[in-house]
This record gives sequence, C-alpha cells and structure tokens, in this order.
Amino acid sequence: MRSNASQYELIAPGSLDSVLALLAAEPDAWTPMAGGTELMVALGAGRLEQHKLVSLWGIDELRQITANDDWLSIGAGATFTDIRQNAIVAKDFPLLARAASWTGAIANQNRGTLGGNIVNASPAADSPPVLLVYEAEIELVSAQGRRRMPYSEFHLGYKRTVLRPQELVKAVHLPRGRHLPVEYLRKVGTRNALAISKVALACVGAMQSGKVSTVRIAAASLRETPARLSATEAALLGHALTPERIQAARKALLQEVKPIDDIRSTANYRAHVAANLLEEFLEQMTASNSKTRS
Amino acid sequence: MRDTTQTHIVGTPALRKEGIGKVTGGARYIDDMALPGMWHGATVRSNIARGIIKDIRFGAGIAWDEFVIVTAKDIPGENCIPLIVDHDQPVLVESQVNHPEEPVVLLAHPDKARLHEAVAAVEINYEPLPAVFTIEESERQKTIVWGEDNVIKRFLVEKGDVDSAWQRAAHIVTGEYHTGAQEQLYIENNGVIADWSEADGLTIRGSMQCPYYIHKALLRVFDLPAEKVRVIQAETGGAFGGKEDYPSMIAAHAGLLSKKAGRPVKIIYDREEDLAATTKRHPSRTRYRTAVDGNGRLLAMDIQVDLDGGAYATVTPTVLSRATIHAAGPYCCENIRIRSHAWATNLPPHGAFRGFGSPQTIFGIERHMDQIAKAAGISPEEVRRRNFLAPGKTTATGQEIRDVIDLPGMLDRALKVSDYEAKHLRFARENATSSPIKRGIGVASFMHGAGFTGSGERYLNSLVGLEADATGHVTVLVSSTEFGQGTNTMLSQVAAEALGLSCEDISVAQPDTQRVPNSGPTVASRTTMIVGRLVQDAAHALADILRGKNLLGEIFSVTEFRAACAAYTERFGALRAEVRYQAPKDIFWDDVAYKGEAYPAFAWAIYVAEVAVDTRTYSTQVVNFYALQEVGRVINPLLATGQIEGGVAQGIGYALYEKVVWKNGRMSNNQMTNYIMPTAVDVPNIEVYFEEMPCEHGPCGAKGLGELPHDGPAPAILNAIQNATGINFTSIPLLPEDMYLRMAETPEPDAKETAGCV
Amino acid sequence: MSAAKMHWPEIRFKVNGSERSVSVPPMKRLLDVLREDLELTGVKEGCGEGECGSCSVLLDGVLVNSCLVPALQASGCEVLTVEGLATNGALAHIQQKFLELGGTQCGICTPGMMLAAESLLKNNPKPDLDEIREGLAGNLCRCTGYMRIIDAVRHASQKPLLAEEQAEIDAVRR
Repeated sequence: MRSNASQYELIAPGSLDSVLALLAAEPDAWTPMAGGTELMVALGAGRLEQHKLVSLWGIDELRQITANDDWLSIGAGATFTDIRQNAIVAKDFPLLARAASWTGAIANQNRGTLGGNIVNASPAADSPPVLLVYEAEIELVSAQGRRRMPYSEFHLGYKRTVLRPQELVKAVHLPRGRHLPVEYLRKVGTRNALAISKVALACVGAMQSGKVSTVRIAAASLRETPARLSATEAALLGHALTPERIQAARKALLQEVKPIDDIRSTANYRAHVAANLLEEFLEQMTASNSKTRS
Repeated sequence: MRDTTQTHIVGTPALRKEGIGKVTGGARYIDDMALPGMWHGATVRSNIARGIIKDIRFGAGIAWDEFVIVTAKDIPGENCIPLIVDHDQPVLVESQVNHPEEPVVLLAHPDKARLHEAVAAVEINYEPLPAVFTIEESERQKTIVWGEDNVIKRFLVEKGDVDSAWQRAAHIVTGEYHTGAQEQLYIENNGVIADWSEADGLTIRGSMQCPYYIHKALLRVFDLPAEKVRVIQAETGGAFGGKEDYPSMIAAHAGLLSKKAGRPVKIIYDREEDLAATTKRHPSRTRYRTAVDGNGRLLAMDIQVDLDGGAYATVTPTVLSRATIHAAGPYCCENIRIRSHAWATNLPPHGAFRGFGSPQTIFGIERHMDQIAKAAGISPEEVRRRNFLAPGKTTATGQEIRDVIDLPGMLDRALKVSDYEAKHLRFARENATSSPIKRGIGVASFMHGAGFTGSGERYLNSLVGLEADATGHVTVLVSSTEFGQGTNTMLSQVAAEALGLSCEDISVAQPDTQRVPNSGPTVASRTTMIVGRLVQDAAHALADILRGKNLLGEIFSVTEFRAACAAYTERFGALRAEVRYQAPKDIFWDDVAYKGEAYPAFAWAIYVAEVAVDTRTYSTQVVNFYALQEVGRVINPLLATGQIEGGVAQGIGYALYEKVVWKNGRMSNNQMTNYIMPTAVDVPNIEVYFEEMPCEHGPCGAKGLGELPHDGPAPAILNAIQNATGINFTSIPLLPEDMYLRMAETPEPDAKETAGCV
Repeated sequence: MSAAKMHWPEIRFKVNGSERSVSVPPMKRLLDVLREDLELTGVKEGCGEGECGSCSVLLDGVLVNSCLVPALQASGCEVLTVEGLATNGALAHIQQKFLELGGTQCGICTPGMMLAAESLLKNNPKPDLDEIREGLAGNLCRCTGYMRIIDAVRHASQKPLLAEEQAEIDAVRR
C-alpha cells in the first residue's frame, strides 16, 4: 500500500443533484469515484494524484437499468453484475452481457460500473466495442443540464473524452429493435479469465441476397480509443463474401488499425489476430447467408 | 511397527494438522502479528543495474528525525549473507550496486503510511558502470561483473567416450532450448518482525522455509553467539523455494532497524516490491548434441547447460549441480559429457524454485528426445521406451539404478490412462481438416533426485527430536517447516504409525531455533524421505528408551504407551529421543570428479499433456493432463495428490503464461495483473496416479515428491504442441505472440508493409 | 514523535453480524479497516490491486475485493469475513469441505476462496464444473492447482450422502 489514506478526502453527498452541484461549484477539484476498481488500484500503487474524491456509489438514480420500446437505458452506476443479470440485456444485447462477464472476475464485476469503465477510457476496455456496434448513445449530465450523443463521439484520443469537468456520465442508451442476425464478440486476453484484453473484436451484421447488407465492426486495443473499423466495414458493405473480398477486408483492417507494443502484447500480434477474428466473424456471416437461403 | 507394507495411518488422507486455523482465518501469518511498540520498516533500493554510489541525499519535505535510518555502516558484524560463496552478497550496498532493486538504505517509522513517501524521497546518485543482462552477454566476457570471468560455478561430468561416438551414429541430432525466469508467486509476500534486545539478542519471526539458514546468517551479520539469535517460523503462505534463502536478507534488514530503533520492527513487502526485488528461477540455455543408432538408441550425449545466476552466487552452485545431474534424463547412455556454467549477470540474484535446476534441463532433454524420435523415424513414446534406464544401468554420474523401476511399464500405464494412442490418431485426422483448432498430445518422462546432492545430506547432518509428556502426547521437534506442502501432517502420520498412536496424539512443535534441533532446510524434496525417516527412527528410539527402563514391551498398546510415559516422566524427568542423520553406507559421491551416487533415491514420472492450439489466436489451452509417478510410498494420498496438482499448475504457468519482462535488468511487469499465472479457468483437469516401490531410505518406503511435478509439464506441453502444429518450439514461456511470430513466418506481404503498426 | 491523529468522522457498519464503528480516513481501504481497526486478520492482502482475491469479503452479500473498497463506501453495509463463517464454533459446510478435501494448503488464499465459493453457491446452488471454475476465477491459488478446491466446492454444493462422501474422499487416488 503505497499511499497515505489520510491524505485523501472522500465525500458522499448521496444524490445526483448534490454531486452535480459540487462539481459545478468547484470545477476540477473533485474526482468522481463509482466502484473504485480503477482509482483504488492507483491508490494502492501510490499513483492516485487526485486527492479529493466524491463518491457516486449508492446513488440509485445512477444505477437503474430501464427499458421502453425504443431504448434500453443503463445507468452509469450499473455494475457489470447488474448488466449480466438483466433479462433484457441477456435477450436483446447478448454481446454486452458477455463483455460484462469478461471484465475482470466476479468481485470486480460486482463493483466495476459501466460509467466508470467508460470514463476511465482505456482502449482495452471490454464493453466499449460492444456499445459501438450496438450504436449506443451516451448521456452526460451536469448542473447546467444534459446532453446526449452517439457513444462513437465520446472518445477523442488516448484517455481523452468529451466529458467536461462538471459533467458525469448519466446513462448509456442502447437502441432496441435493431437486432441483427449475426452477432460476434471475441476477446483475446493474457489468460481465460481475469485478463486485460490484448485485442477484442465486436461485430454485428446481416446478409441479404448473398451480400453484406449491414455490418458494424468495433475493436479494443487496436487504436488509442475503442474504435469502429469503418474502412473495414466499407470494404465489406454491399459485397458478396468471396475469398477475394475477405482478403480485401483483412487488408483494410490491417491498414486502418494502429496497435502498439506494450507490456502485454505486440502490435503485429494484435493486428494479425484481429484480422483472424474478422475472418471468424465473416465465416459466421457466410453461414447465416446459407441458412437464410435454405 | 516393523512391517513397512501394513500401515494404519500412513497411506490415509489424514486431515491437515493445522487446517482448522487455515479455514477459520485463525492461522497467524507474519503480517497478522504485531509486537508492543513495534515500528514498520521499508527498503530504499537501487534503480540502476550496476554502478558506484556517489552520494545519498535525504530529500526535503520529510521529517527525517522521526525516522530510524540504517545503512551499511550500521552493520555490527559482516556485511554479507553467507550461503555457498562467502563474502559475496552484501546485506546493504556499501559502494557498488550490482543489480536493480539492490537494498541500500533502510528506514523505520511508527506509522506505516509514512514510509513510502520517505523511501521516494531518498535520492541516490550513481556513477553507472556497464552491465550485462543475459547469459549471452555474460559469456562474451567483455564486461566482467563477477569474479575473474563471470562464472559463478562450472561442472564437468564425463562418462565413457563421447567424441568417438559420432562416426558410429546413424543420426546426429542437435538442439538448443531456452527457459525464462519464473517467479514463485507465493500469495503471501515476504515479511518478518525483528525484535532486538541487549539482554536476549535478536529474535526473528517471519515467513520462511529455513529458520536455521536465517540463524546462521544473522550470527555473522550481527556478530552474535548462537544463543543470542532466535528464529521462529510464522504460518507461511506459500514458498516454493522463494523463501529458502531470501528471508535471511529481509531478516537482517529488520534486525538492523530493530537494533537501531531499540524496538521491534516489521517489514512486509508489497507485491510490487516482492516481484521486483526477490529471487526468481534461473533462466537457462541448454544445448544437446546426441548421437543415436539406427534404432534410435542413444550412443552419446554432449550437453551444455548454461544458467543465468543474477548478480550474486547465493544458491546458484547447487542449482547448477542439480541441473547438470538431471540433464541426461532417465535414459541409458554409455557416453555422456555435460559441461555446465552458471553466469553472473546484473539481474537480482536468481534463487530456488521448485525443481531447482531440473525443470530447466528436463525441458531440454525431453524436448530433444522428441527431435531424436523424429530424426530416427520412430514415435516419441518409442524412443523413450528404447532408451529408458533400468535396474543395473547407470546414470550420467555413473550411479547404478537399484530401484526395481519399470519405466516401460509406467509408460504403458500413462499411455493407457490418457488414451494416448486413440487420441493421437483422432487428432491427426481432425487436424487435417480446416478447423482452426489443432490438437496434440505429448509425453515427458523424467526422474527427480530426492535429498541433497551427493555428500550434501552428510554435510547437513540433520538432527531430529521427539518428546513425550506424562500423558503420552508426543511432540515432533524439527526445523522442517510447513508452508502448505503438508510437513506437519506427514510427520504426525509417520510418528503416529511408528508408535501405534493416532494423529491427534502427535504435535509438531513450531519451528523455533530455541526449541527445535536443526533437521536441515525444507528444500530439495527431502522432508519426507530424510526428515520423515529420522522422525520414524526417533519414534522407535523413544520406544526403546521406555523399553530400556522395562516400561514397555516389544509390542505395545496405546494405553501401555501412555502409562509408560507417565511412569518414565515421573521417575526420570524429560522423555526425549534424538536421532542424527547417518549417511547410507553404500552411497559414494566424488565431489571433484562429479561421479557416483548423486541421490539416495529418485522418484520417476511419466506425464502426458493434451493441448488445443487455436491457430486464429495462437493460444494454447492445456485440455487434459495426466501425471503418473512412482514415489516409493504415499504417506497421505490427499496431500500428495494436492502437491502433484499444484506442481503441474505451476509447470503449465512456466510453459505458457509466466513471463518476466526485463528492462535494463529490472522486472518491469511486477504486478499481478501483468505477471500472468493460471486461474481456475486456465488449469485443466489433472489426473494423478501414484505407483509405489518402497525405498529403503524413507519412512515406510517413501521418497520425495514435492518438486517432481514441476519438472514434467513444460516439455510434455511443448511436445504436444509440436504434435498439434508440427512446429518445434524450443523456448518457454511460449506465449501466443511467440507462436504467432513463428507460424505467421510468411505473412501476407501487404500485412507487413501496410499495417499501421509501430 | 508520531503523526498527529486526526479525528475522522465515524463510519458505522455491521461486520460478521455485529455493529461496529470506526474513526478512519474515508479512503482507508476496507481491507485495512478490517485487519487493523477490527483485528480481523483472516482477510489477507496478496496483491493490493484486485487481482488475487485473497482480500475477498462479502459486502451486503456480494463478493468484493476489500483492497479496492474505500471505508466510506462500506458505511451502513454488512460485511462478512472468514471469521463470520463458523457459527458458535461449528465450522460452516464450506469450511468443513475445504478441510476434508484438501482445499487448503498454505491457507493464505483460503479465506477469500471460501467466500468466493459461498457467493457462488448462494447465487447458483448447483453449479457445474465450468460454473465453479468461473466462480473462483478471481481467486488465485498458487499451491493447489485448484483441483481440490473445485472438489471441495462441488461437495459443498451437493450435500451428498455421508457414505458417498466418504468413498469419494478415500478414492482420491484413482
């Protein structure tokens, strides 16, 4: 334990409004903490630079998962366990339930929150690629009001987001009724559980008349933010999945990703495996095509 | 008890002696303890690999007068941890740093929370010196960092005439194999509490394997007589060799702080410090050049073994010894040469870890046997079958096998229980399809010598005591420690069996140098065979003492035993038997020529690994594992099975997951999130089979088995991967990134050119 | 001279069924509160980074790594540590199984491991092997290779007949 806990402040105003008021009154002074699974690691390692923290834990308003016909709304304070256990997530957004089940292990899932994970903005995070292919929207809130945008616009660069100092993530909204027949998610970690992703690919798609009619592909650990692979999508959209087309899509992916060498893996491995995962997804697309034809 | 085959307690899954405390949370590990007035200690360590200290500055912003500060100048005795090579490793750096994380300054403060800041505020300035970080760099001998030539130790083993064998060979097979450093990763970090008083001297409590190693070291460091140092083992949360010699260092540190502070001092490492600063398994490079005849029989083996010892000698000479002796495998060969070297580098000194040199060379020989099989056009199992040692044959050091061992029979059984042949055929068929999953099955056969090498046990001269009180309750007095492997339970079972008592009638005294004799260190798979046998003998000796006073008959009941103890203690006082190790008459070892009976007994094993390689992600899953071993006698099947399973899991980590990432001599992945050990989802089902051929040396015929299970998994797994992929991977840990590099050797030209990769 | 002791607001919570209150910095790790202030040293620190699970406790019935929970966030909660498993000196079923089936070797992972098992069995009383492995995936054990632990959890979930249990325990050697 490399920090002195007595040098840190943590307060728990207890309601969303009071937290927002605090953030508005003292911009940049207070760092929100949800489940603490990131910030407390930093504390233990002696590198928690923010000494004034405001707790979001226990604010029920932030932890709700609600649904209407059009949207599933996941409160930023929902834990990964909450997400795993939610019936609508399991049925309509199964990739998200899976990503949640791969985030750390059970004890981490019980405390880690979707909002905290998103704000921490690691390019390796498990849920963001899924949110991208499900075309999620993210809702931010401050004392001044709310704003809502496609989640794809939230990340600006490595660990930089559009979140303003007085803002919190309020919820992530997933549009319902856009279910696609092929859904694919694969995470490659350092081991089968309790692992940070080396590379992960989330894909959804559909075939029509033997051609790719819809496809959305997003990745973790291939760029400095969770990212849609739009060039790869473009290489596929409207095309039949011939061997040549698949090679072209691989090439497009390899060209558009910018992975790095780091302590967990290498750039070349990440890129090459991502291309292999893409092929695995495209095999499923081909299989779904033959199913719909027969 | 005279008949070693009929037992009532030995051979049963008696409950773990100290188990209740472990499942209730009542067991007291060192960080669970505090002494009145205790302060906390921390260590300021070097951040370069090699250099001369120019100055040490204590930075602003810290109330230094609140701290006790210790440097090398404060050492009352000698500034060294004596082990094998004397005057080598210092307790604290005086002037020259020889590895990153080397201890320089010690701090103590009443408030633990204040220490890390103070450590960070100590600034050490160096004049850097060139450093070496690998075997290759050290053996070039361009930069000399240890002794005259960087060689910490060398051995030469010669049997027969290697050089004339090549011309007769039908095949000459060469190979080079590498193993990386491996961290013991006990879940309880190193920790100690030192308590100095002018009157009593120095008392150490801590997490440790060898109280008497610490005792011996502290006599020198503090210039104290033996009765003024007392070392007590606390409940220890895993060790695996990582707490064999390292605790002497942390104990010396805490002792120095305690002496200067005039109060007890506790030092507990956190995980980052323990990972970066303490010992690892020696990295290795082995080279095999083997001549085989047309039937795949070994004609000659020319073997080179090179270990990376790190910056100081510590246990390296003995690690090299074991690596050398095990390098030729369980095979019959008339002509063997083994040239081994341990090279110094500027890494933190490497140390003991389960296997102690044999996992490294067994990896080499077992991988190599599969290449020999390939060259000779026979199967891996057949090449082993044709070359196995058998009774009457001799090892590389000329030791004649006296065990009535039947390795071909063991191989048959291992192949049967693993369904090897059927799987081999099925995998070959399935792998030919387009599935991205390639399956394979592989074998490793090996032996592991129990006890200290050669004259080692004679040198240790172990002493064991057994006491009985007036109620007939017996206490075992040994310095052998429990750290999960079952020492307490095993010794209780042996003593109970010998006296016809139950386990509840036996206690094992807490290892406290003030109370227990020196039964040697708890290492080298010696505790059951050597110390257990001494306990058995001491039990017989205790009964003989009672018989000597006509209080007990040749055969006796529990009631009679208790009555005899009551009578004896009333009339004569303390009832205690002591037995000292006697080297078997027929064990001959030449330390100079490195020839003879290296170990009194070997355990033998055949391991089978089944893998699934995902060629999309280049990752390997061990799908099933079969561990069959002959261990003399299983004292406790539950504990023995647990030892094998745990060792196999560590071996799986060694092969596929556990990589130490070095940066300028420092472990840069020193967090559990980045040093990857297998979880419950990564370890496969492990099937464990025991065979027993009672050995005359051990209690009820038992030999050693603690380290054996770490020898086999890595080569078995890589042999299976070769079966699955056709590729000969020669280096571990074999990570997916390594497999990718090899398998994607001809990537799409576009990928290399246009990928937006760094 | 020791650091001046600040007066920290009290944090109240229930630990192993008893009401407790501590005056500690709000960011003090729950792990340290339990070990130091409440002397519940059965909760262990193996890594301080939420990886090894040795510090696992149940917080309002839910498995958490106490090294990652700040004291303030435990306010008003119920905490269960290994010390709270046994009732009136009688071992809990999971403790008995760990003891009988070799689920504990060095013992340092055991408190957290048993609480992970308790959490698993509470949510899933009859887990299959894969579910047991997943339930324990966040608790690292270096000694056992997990086999005997998985067996202990399997036995704890099944409550089989006594004779059957005994036969299984005796038949560890196959």
